[in-house]
Amino acid sequence: MVSSNLNTSKPWLLRPFNERSTQLFLGILFGALALVTILHLAFPEGHALHVSAYTVTLLGKYLCYALLAVAVDLVWGFLGILSLGHGAFFALGGYAMGMYLMRQIGDRGVYGDPVLPDFMVFLNWQELPWFWHGFDMAWFAFIMVLLAPGLLALIFGFLAFRSRVTGVYLSIITQALTFALMLAFFRNEMGFGGNNGLTDFKDILGFDLRSDATRLGLFIATGIALAIGYVVCRGIVLSKLGRVSVACRDAEARTRFIGYRVERVQLFVFVVSAMLAGVAGALYVPQVGIINPSEFSPLFSIEVVVWVALGGRATLYGAVIGALLVNYAKTVFTGIMPDAWLFALGGLFVLVTVLLPKGIAGLLQRRKAPEDSAQAAGQEVTA
Amino acid sequence: MNFFEEISHRDRVFEFLAPAASPVDVRHGPILYLEDVSVSFDGFKAINNLNLTIDDGELRCIIGPNGAGKTTMMDIITGKTRPDTGSVWFGSRHNLLTMNEPDIATLGIGRKFQKPTVFEALTVFENLELAMATDKRVLPTLTARLTGEHRDRIEEVLNLIGLAQLHHREAGILSHGQKQWLEIGMLLMQKPRLLLVDEPVAGMTEQEMERTAELLTNLAGEQSVVVVEHDMGFVRSIAKKVTVLHQGSVLAEGTMDQVSNDPKVIEVYLGEGA
Amino acid sequence: MSILRLLTGLLLLLSLSLPAGVYAQSSDSEASALLQALADSSYAQKQQVISDIVSSGDERARTWLEAYADGKLAQTKDTGAFVFVLSNRGRDWTVADALSGDTIGEMSRRNIDRIRINNALRKELEGMLSVIDLTVDDADTRLAAARALKGEVDAALAERIGTLLDTEADDDVHDALTEALAIYQVAQGEVAAVAVLSGSLNPQARVALNNAAQSDNPELAAAAAKALESIQTKLKINSAAETLYFGLSLGSVLVLAAIGLAITFGVMGVINMAHGELIMLGAYTTWGMQQLFPGQPGLALILSIPAGFLVAALAGIAIERTVIQHLKGRPLETLLATFGVSLILQQLVRTVISPLNRSVVTPEWMSGSLMINEALSLTLNRLYVIGFALVVFAGLMLIMRKTRLGLEVRAVTQNRAMARSMGIKATRVDILTFGLGSGVAGLAGVALSQITNVGPNLGQSYIIDSFMVVVFGGVGNLWGTLVAGLSLGTINQILEPWAGAVLAKIVVLVFIILFIQKRPRGLFPQKGRAAEG
Repeated sequence: MVSSNLNTSKPWLLRPFNERSTQLFLGILFGALALVTILHLAFPEGHALHVSAYTVTLLGKYLCYALLAVAVDLVWGFLGILSLGHGAFFALGGYAMGMYLMRQIGDRGVYGDPVLPDFMVFLNWQELPWFWHGFDMAWFAFIMVLLAPGLLALIFGFLAFRSRVTGVYLSIITQALTFALMLAFFRNEMGFGGNNGLTDFKDILGFDLRSDATRLGLFIATGIALAIGYVVCRGIVLSKLGRVSVACRDAEARTRFIGYRVERVQLFVFVVSAMLAGVAGALYVPQVGIINPSEFSPLFSIEVVVWVALGGRATLYGAVIGALLVNYAKTVFTGIMPDAWLFALGGLFVLVTVLLPKGIAGLLQRRKAPEDSAQAAGQEVTA
Repeated sequence: MNFFEEISHRDRVFEFLAPAASPVDVRHGPILYLEDVSVSFDGFKAINNLNLTIDDGELRCIIGPNGAGKTTMMDIITGKTRPDTGSVWFGSRHNLLTMNEPDIATLGIGRKFQKPTVFEALTVFENLELAMATDKRVLPTLTARLTGEHRDRIEEVLNLIGLAQLHHREAGILSHGQKQWLEIGMLLMQKPRLLLVDEPVAGMTEQEMERTAELLTNLAGEQSVVVVEHDMGFVRSIAKKVTVLHQGSVLAEGTMDQVSNDPKVIEVYLGEGA
Repeated sequence: MSILRLLTGLLLLLSLSLPAGVYAQSSDSEASALLQALADSSYAQKQQVISDIVSSGDERARTWLEAYADGKLAQTKDTGAFVFVLSNRGRDWTVADALSGDTIGEMSRRNIDRIRINNALRKELEGMLSVIDLTVDDADTRLAAARALKGEVDAALAERIGTLLDTEADDDVHDALTEALAIYQVAQGEVAAVAVLSGSLNPQARVALNNAAQSDNPELAAAAAKALESIQTKLKINSAAETLYFGLSLGSVLVLAAIGLAITFGVMGVINMAHGELIMLGAYTTWGMQQLFPGQPGLALILSIPAGFLVAALAGIAIERTVIQHLKGRPLETLLATFGVSLILQQLVRTVISPLNRSVVTPEWMSGSLMINEALSLTLNRLYVIGFALVVFAGLMLIMRKTRLGLEVRAVTQNRAMARSMGIKATRVDILTFGLGSGVAGLAGVALSQITNVGPNLGQSYIIDSFMVVVFGGVGNLWGTLVAGLSLGTINQILEPWAGAVLAKIVVLVFIILFIQKRPRGLFPQKGRAAEG
């Protein structure tokens, strides 16, 4: 903690770079990105060391989940707000990107309409709904990736935090929020492709989505987004605002009585987190090639929470570890015995919360802890 | 690098928007003024037509049996509870009933809870840092940097509350008495005009109590202090003026001697076996 | 034709005027002769024969004519005996003797000659059949017949009804006949009859009035329009009543689903996300009981009530002991862990039983509906569910208010540490409370099995709604849960017609979010210091 005191004279966004854990995290992340890139490009297909484009995309998907998990950990770990509806922000970001990709198809769709996406032609719509305008421009769509989830978080958070809805109440309401959105997006009348969602994308920023190079590019972009997201979150955590967040988490009333507007702190962090989730969703969509209402399902949102819980909350890097581990396990499990996956996931929920409340990060810290306390004891003796 | 420096300096432009250090208008005498305040929970009158005036720079002790409404009164002053009727003024300019807790805190009313509440996951140093009187809006807090001046101020208080050795330890490991001190330290960091202190010496040793008494008496004059306490010995050692609350309204007011000879007070205390 | 009808009518009247006891079975030979005449005569003559059959006073006449109208009355080619065709599938048909009513068995269809009938005759017959019914002793049969006549009356019938009205003693039958007659009279342009139809809920009456409102006769048109207006008002009231009924039934389902949650959440502060799966277990218990007692769905259902309670209660206690007790004071973790349990339970049912929905039989006494009037009928199963919910609620109130357990539970709710120091075993109270809340979830499942599909996802669809009810009603308050459940159910039903089911759900959700703005602790909050926590 003394180190964080030394740190506090720097601008908040630069503080993470002075921190061992962030340096380590960024080092491993960029190392992994470079390794995958090299293995993918340098070795021919069929070679034992070759990483296929399929695997690259799969890893890219995991990284999207990792960014989402970091966003969830920011609000849960440091603000004490257990959001069971972050999937909604993820999906909104994804839909914004999906709408852009849809407009990029142009007249190459099945019906060949130059403006209307296929599903609108199918539904006999005559013109583009107003909220689809502008999504043919990448910059507009990319802004909406941040704005749509941010706005939802702002309105929802404003109402919820203002009336001091916290704890399990808030969790339940966030879950209801994503559930309601799922129902809404299932409707064809909403204009987002209903049940089938948005799919059949062709290219992004002019690059063919099916080409290996684009896939690699998206993977690297996701890695960089994760790095930026991580540093932003870490910056917030190390700032005074981060400490105020922890204060809100542990003693809300006290924080108010020393003059902080708790609801605004909560709202700010919640909106930042929602935007990060939106970015994760936006990067996810071009890699998996589809976005549909199932991303809004409460099960997905709550699954994200268990990634964070497994990795260890309030550490950020734990969230990344958890997301990667669980999703890797999911890929393996659903491949060999799909029925067992829900048993495994359910068991994971129970085991982590009952036996491993601090997650994997807690285990790592516990191994480090004896050294620390030995050191501290030594110091006190010499002092 | 320069860009980030730039951003983090931005908040200074807005500093003129922050409330001035002490906007409280005490030219007309009292700093706190409660008039005809009543509040009831489910028909139970916790506060009943309470009238109370605290002068600027005064040290006031408030005593009374359990359920007399002491904590509820503090809740009303700090904006946690809204009274059913009556008015509460801070100085002659600020109507506290129209303000929320952070506004009231920023205005200069600090409160120590009955049960010591500190931020257990943060270090002692960080606890004080958060309480420090600065711009407490969200973005300035995000970009805030600790200056040498701030550091000096924190160290000063650390020494005052005797926790300098423990400044880097998490507040959660402190003893009950140390937490009481830390909370008092946080109050000092806020530089309030009015301190509301709820049972400050509970769980303290004889020695610590003496130091607390000394601290509170020193504070009075610069600041106004309202102490709610059960420990009569402690009250006697610090009080110039004592208010006795009973069933939500003022039963008696005066010096400790006057009050303790008041037959009504004796009846309330002895009659209830306290 | 009309002379013929008149004749038939008179004959009928003659037969009606006879005291009921005079009805007798004519000899089989006479009967055979009559049926032979029916078989042999031309369509023109058949009418006369039918009249003869009716006027014979034979009590089997109705069965014959009914069978004839359905095309089931036949004559065998070899023996010339008259039979009813009971089943006409395949080569061999099952037949019964028309005179004795005894089943004969199968018979080659080549040997069977059905007595022919045409549409005009069939229509005639149907009118006559109801006229026959109008004269039986049983008032319910008469009422049904009278109702069936509405819109079917022609001149001859009208005349007959007029006579019948004089002798009809039962008020309901009398009213129904009057209305049937009035529909005919309005169609004939009689202004006076409009008054009778004013306020009638019968669709035929509305058709007649609508036609009359278009008529050239201004007096009639005006009267009809006025009558229609009063009918519209009445219809609106009835549809409002129906919406309310659906709302209450949905609401009581919500109450059943949520009230167990209100107990576990309110008392122990435990968010049990597996609550929905406990409901599912209750529903599956009902299904299991019906597998144990095939062919006795009623018995199985009644036995399911204690069984469902026990199964869910034991499952709940198991969850409490293995998971929840280790997570005391960590509500968010409890939420996650119990969610994991819910996933496991769902998958367990999918793997062990089936991922598909199972069908649960509704016993006879619960199917069908209760007809309030011609525009409003209440389905019985929902009525039972409403009743069941109220009984369960009353039972819980009783337990909470009048038993030692209830007292201890309330003590633990208000101040756990204090209750413990007074010698209440908080752990035991926890187990019992959780068992009780879970058991009630099982009861909810038993009830739900009667109105919805029983499948692995049954619980999921109710859990969010249940939480909304608890949050809306105020935690730890059973009355709050009741009021919140019933009102949310009703609001949902009111919104549904003009907003659609999905939008209605969203609107309700937004409503709750806004509601919490005003009253963060629900409709009936716990007050005082204890609630500050």
